[in-house]
Amino acid sequence: MLCLRDVYVWEFPVRLTHWVNVICLITLSFTGYYIGNPYIHNVHPFFYGVLKDQWVMGWMRLIHFSVAYVFAMSVLLRIYWGFAGNRHARWSAMIPTTKERRRTLLHDIRFYLLMEPAPAVSIGHSPTAGLAYLLLFLGYLVSILTGFALLSQSHGGAFWYAAGGWILPSFPVQWVRLVHHVMMWFLIVFPIVHLYVGWTTDLVEENCVMSSIFSGRKTCGDE
Amino acid sequence: MASDTLFDALIEHDISRRDFIKFCTAMAAALGLSAGTVPRIAHALQTKKKPILLWLEMQSCTGDTEALLRATKPTAAELVLDVLSLDYSETIMAAAGHQAEKLLADLVKNHKGAYFAAVEGSIPVKDGGIHCCIGGRSGLEIAREVCGNALATFAMGTCACFGGIPHASPNPTGAVGVKEAFPNATVLNLAGCPVNAENITAAIVHYLTFGSLPAVDAFGRPLFAFGKRIHDNCERRAHFDAGQYTRQWGDDGHRRGWCMYYMGCKGPQAYQNCPTVRYNGGTSWPVGSGHGCVACAAPNFWDEMTPFYRRLPQPFGITVETTADKVGLTVTAVTLGGILLHAIARMVKHHTRPKGEAAQGAKPQEKTEWKGPSWHE
Ligand code: SF4
Repeated sequence: MLCLRDVYVWEFPVRLTHWVNVICLITLSFTGYYIGNPYIHNVHPFFYGVLKDQWVMGWMRLIHFSVAYVFAMSVLLRIYWGFAGNRHARWSAMIPTTKERRRTLLHDIRFYLLMEPAPAVSIGHSPTAGLAYLLLFLGYLVSILTGFALLSQSHGGAFWYAAGGWILPSFPVQWVRLVHHVMMWFLIVFPIVHLYVGWTTDLVEENCVMSSIFSGRKTCGDE
Repeated sequence: MASDTLFDALIEHDISRRDFIKFCTAMAAALGLSAGTVPRIAHALQTKKKPILLWLEMQSCTGDTEALLRATKPTAAELVLDVLSLDYSETIMAAAGHQAEKLLADLVKNHKGAYFAAVEGSIPVKDGGIHCCIGGRSGLEIAREVCGNALATFAMGTCACFGGIPHASPNPTGAVGVKEAFPNATVLNLAGCPVNAENITAAIVHYLTFGSLPAVDAFGRPLFAFGKRIHDNCERRAHFDAGQYTRQWGDDGHRRGWCMYYMGCKGPQAYQNCPTVRYNGGTSWPVGSGHGCVACAAPNFWDEMTPFYRRLPQPFGITVETTADKVGLTVTAVTLGGILLHAIARMVKHHTRPKGEAAQGAKPQEKTEWKGPSWHE
């Protein structure tokens, strides 16, 4: 049988950025959706007197922009850690560069299509998970870039131009807005899949992946 | 048009010096200059010869001419007309037919490189430009001659700047703006639908005072008029920040003059000085009269800022009622449903699997024995 071993997999910056991103994405989706479609009708009797004249959009925007900076910095930190962290945090864990990882990727896809009874065992990210997170980070970057492009509309100057304003002369601003909005839905769907896959992996591999994002430790079979 | 300088024209029109200085101050303000430049502007307008302006009509609705003719208060209207020595304009000149054509040819020949051209409307370039012909010649040909020999060309209105409404998809005539038709010409894009007469006047006053055209943004529009966002100067902005929106045309919020963001106002992505300068002599402007901004001074506004009454564009024009949120919600629901089915399928598969079958893990096959999901144990 397995000889179980406790392995320190997720370093502190990985866990930190993970949870900062979770909180940021929830806040950003909530406030961002209001900015795109102000759903709180403050003439509604329910809100009347509570939210009337309460600077609702102002607060939403203030929170959205402030949290967006935290999120951007968190993503920046994680990108840096992709170069500085341990082998499970590195970008090489995201991109299936070796033949071995590509083979495992195919096996995992077959597992998710219910054609294999068990996934391949990986200590850090499986190649499939790595690819998914690469996609997620591309999504983050698109969101951040389009976000700064939209922010540059109210902030003139070279800094804001460099941060994202340069996009606007080349792309219609309404499409930039739509992309920023649609990314929200991507970032809602992703965690759902992420949770399901994490949960099943935990069950199948019994590797405590679900608690590893709190503790950083996974239980692995001895290699 | 006997007078040579603007000031002569003012004397002729019995306009007081006080009104003249007021006009110069208004121009300095419109150009975003300090009060210290007012004497300089006044001096330039008194001494410089009025520039000759040749006004060409291309594919347009003549809205810009109308805007110019209806410029501001009675005295200022005369000022605007008199700042420009409008020597050729198909809409308002007396000459017609061959007489008019000859006039245009003479003006271009005699004042080569010394006159301003104004183009109103887009220039069709498809099929050799045959979709807009004047006197047997294509608009493209006429404009090339007039703009090519001009000191500078003012593109009047969004059609002349970026192609405007004739340029909107599917653009059957291949309509383009002046700069796109003649990339080598010196063009100042006075966008807007219609262009604001105050901005025309200010641009010309800038030229008379400083001998150069004003600084422009990435779209060739003068910064003094297009440097600020509508939304940042809008009188309804306080309602925006408070979350007080018009939710339906004519509802309570609309009647109270609340923000029209919810109804698709494009003020947050439009740049112009409408909120401060306003139209028709400061009477009003679209948002002031209860309609959202449609970003009429933006390139391709007809294609890119539509639908005018919604925040977001319709993705790929699927159906009128499909919004990004409906698509997003559907994808979320499908994902959740997919996960449920996947989980059920896994359980079924697990139960129908022959007992004792070893796991087929890719790597450490001998070591990893799949014991089935732990919820069965
Ligand atoms: S009416 Fe339009 S421009 Fe004015 S505050 Fe509202 S969204 Fe902005």
